Amino acid sequence: MTQAELPLHTPPSQSQGHQHPEKWSWYHYFWYNTDHKVIGIQYLVTSFLFYLIAGVMALFMRAELSTPDVDLLSPELYNAFLTNHGTMMIFFWVVPAAIGGFGNYLIPLMIGAKDMAFPNLNAIAFWLNPPAGLLLMISLFFGGAQSGWTSYPPLSLITNNVGQSLWILAIVLVGSSSIMGSVNFLVTIFKMRVPDMTWDNLPLFCWAMVATSILALFSTPVLAAGLVLLLFDINFGTGFFRPEMGGNVVVYQHLFWFYSHPAVYLMILPIFGIMSEVIPTHVRKPIFGYKAIAYSSLAICIVGLFVWVHHMFTSGTPPWMRMFFTISTLIVAVPTGVKIFSWVATLWGGKIRYTSPLLFGVGLLAMFVFGGLSGVTLGTAPFDLHVHDTYYVVAHFHYVLFGGSVFGIYAAIYHWFPKITGRMYNETLGRIHFVLTFIGANLTFLPMHELGLKGMPRRIAMYDPQFTTINQICTYGSMLLGFSVLPFMVNMVWSWMKGQPAGRNPWRALTLEWQTTSPPAIENFDEDPILWAGPYDYGIDTQGAEEETVEEMLEEVKAEVS
Amino acid sequence: MAKEKETVPISLITLTLGIAVTGISFWYGQNNGLLPEQVSEQAPLVDDFFQVMVTIGTALFLLVEGAIVFIMIKFRRKKGDETDAPYVEGNLPLEIFWTAIPAFIVIGLGIYSVDVYSQMGGFDAIGSGIAHNHSHHSVEIASLPGSEANLLMAEGDNREYGMGATPVEGKLPPDLTVNVTGIQYAWLFNYPDTGIVAGELHVPVGKDVQLSIEAQDVIHSFWLPQFRIKQDAIPGEKTLLRFVATQTGHYPVVCAELCGAYHGAMRTEVIVHNQEEYNQWVAENQIAAVPDLNKAVAVQQERSDGAFLEPFVEQMGVNEHTVTALQHLH
Repeated sequence: MTQAELPLHTPPSQSQGHQHPEKWSWYHYFWYNTDHKVIGIQYLVTSFLFYLIAGVMALFMRAELSTPDVDLLSPELYNAFLTNHGTMMIFFWVVPAAIGGFGNYLIPLMIGAKDMAFPNLNAIAFWLNPPAGLLLMISLFFGGAQSGWTSYPPLSLITNNVGQSLWILAIVLVGSSSIMGSVNFLVTIFKMRVPDMTWDNLPLFCWAMVATSILALFSTPVLAAGLVLLLFDINFGTGFFRPEMGGNVVVYQHLFWFYSHPAVYLMILPIFGIMSEVIPTHVRKPIFGYKAIAYSSLAICIVGLFVWVHHMFTSGTPPWMRMFFTISTLIVAVPTGVKIFSWVATLWGGKIRYTSPLLFGVGLLAMFVFGGLSGVTLGTAPFDLHVHDTYYVVAHFHYVLFGGSVFGIYAAIYHWFPKITGRMYNETLGRIHFVLTFIGANLTFLPMHELGLKGMPRRIAMYDPQFTTINQICTYGSMLLGFSVLPFMVNMVWSWMKGQPAGRNPWRALTLEWQTTSPPAIENFDEDPILWAGPYDYGIDTQGAEEETVEEMLEEVKAEVS
Repeated sequence: MAKEKETVPISLITLTLGIAVTGISFWYGQNNGLLPEQVSEQAPLVDDFFQVMVTIGTALFLLVEGAIVFIMIKFRRKKGDETDAPYVEGNLPLEIFWTAIPAFIVIGLGIYSVDVYSQMGGFDAIGSGIAHNHSHHSVEIASLPGSEANLLMAEGDNREYGMGATPVEGKLPPDLTVNVTGIQYAWLFNYPDTGIVAGELHVPVGKDVQLSIEAQDVIHSFWLPQFRIKQDAIPGEKTLLRFVATQTGHYPVVCAELCGAYHGAMRTEVIVHNQEEYNQWVAENQIAAVPDLNKAVAVQQERSDGAFLEPFVEQMGVNEHTVTALQHLH
């Protein structure tokens, strides 16, 4: 009993005695390490490598699509690229960067803990990722999986079995990693907050991670089940998804989307949390509607579990199902809208600093609004019958996943760069990066809406010549987008080596991670952190720290406002 | 001087902006030109629905993006100002307002989509009773072993998805039924009434057409962009689409579900004829199809099954091995 309770109060890393050095050397980052900050950085760096690989695949696909005929890539290679682009961007970039990277790095710091609840589980969860990535890279040498990241049978059963099997193993590994991570986050956030931190002044990023982890716990096992059945069908002669053996192909789609729609929220909920941290800090104003934002994460998490059939409106689904899931899908727009409006209200009346994290945050807001609106149209079955599986869908999900998730990850990287490295990034390069990315993203993905509406399906290497001009615009946009990563990489590498020292709290932010040194010591806080302000109590003179002064200031502010 | 500027009342600015946003939204809703021609009776229903969504979407887009741009200019930090902004952490009536408005909008859109979907004929998935004809066959066939049995079973399966009724005809039987088969990478159109098999879909204008869609190898998706309808072709399950074409001409048929390397090349045409042309097309092709069949039947007696099947082998995607296996079966 006592042993089971032990980790909650004293993390094992401490109870094992101080076996670790004072400071991690560079080689500690390349090996098994239970420090949540090391693990966070490991996640961020490895996932960024996959972002680059998957990005290069996208550039090749766009280059292929600058002409209607097949000229650059063979159609098989094109399909391998589109499959692995999607897979890597989702399972090896956005999910590990947002959840694994920032979740691990920030959660213990934000709640004033020394480490995660289960540091070894955490390290194991990370170390499932490199072999998974390796399997995926190996699969490319066998031609790669070619049936899309959805891998619908029977196509996935008859196309490149070796590549497909390796792909399944890779996804099952990262899925297991995600389940382990979720358990860890939930226990850490529930049990290891500093004593004064109630649910009412928990940073919103932690709320978002609670919602994310619940979602991952409920849905990931279902995907794993579906994929294992698929693996059996391919290699061991079973017929779960083989119609000629009495199997049913639509069942796979249900299993797949029961996870993969919530996966969309896995990729955006942590980003919503990041937004709620970044915006108040850089406009020096409290978050508007703390409770609404916190609870809307949970609302999205719950409703998000019951919308998956909107990916299957044209599949083998009866009318009642199409209607039920139209309504449930539309409902998700309400809590999402609450968040958007709350952030806009947070900006309103603030003192906005044009820093790179804020720019990416506002860019995210601008693009996500558009992606959200096109998402509402896609959620309605009668309209979806026309645009399902077209470039309209591609446009929509790139607005929410690139304009949303990737912008959010950039915002987070800039915002916490001083904390993680102890040095400031270069602001000018950051702004150039933002402008290029924003223009590139819109140039690439906006015209795709029209392509889809006019009749161009997705996942094709050859298309009707009438769509050539619009496709060429998208291709130019993608080149700009590819180029936009360069100032970012230069900035990161150069600033990490030579940037100005940042100090503890360059943003004068109020969450606990800014109370410790930059980069934080190995067990985070030299002395136990004190919660002397709510996470977003900007506008109150917090330096004065005395009750009376706070109230006086409040009165003053109220007088000023009215 | 500054006061002079501020004398334009804020309500007037709001009113003007409101009218402008409403006007632009309605104009763009009607004139976005984003959708192709309308060729089926369902198309105007879908397009009207889309227009409503574009109108609401444009208004929301202008409001939110406008607010963001305005805020970014108006509330940027003055140089040297290190103080915090005023402490405002919420406003309950405002929050209720912006929860309620989207809620009303999506409930409205939800009801509207159910209505449009029902007018498109989506609620009668089983269709006009054709499925019932099949259902008793399946009992006899079900016991047959091997893969052919399952193919036949699929035909008798009465779980049919898709659109079985049309906006006008309701549950009446269709004027024309066409069996559509998706294979890598082509669509085959089989006219059971006349025995015609074609690579393009020929339909008469203004007639109630029902497509019974199947897939032989992998999932395909039958999409008629100009008709605004799409239905997956699923191995082992039969699906339906039903429409009335409203305009003659040639329009694309597109496969919308990834079905392999040459998925992008899986395109053909739907040709909407007027009745006269259509009759002529049927006549011509029946002449071509029927004597062929007679000849084939006549010749068949002098030839083995294998030899009879040989010319079709390539077309059917069947290899020699299967043919020999079939010979042994009979």
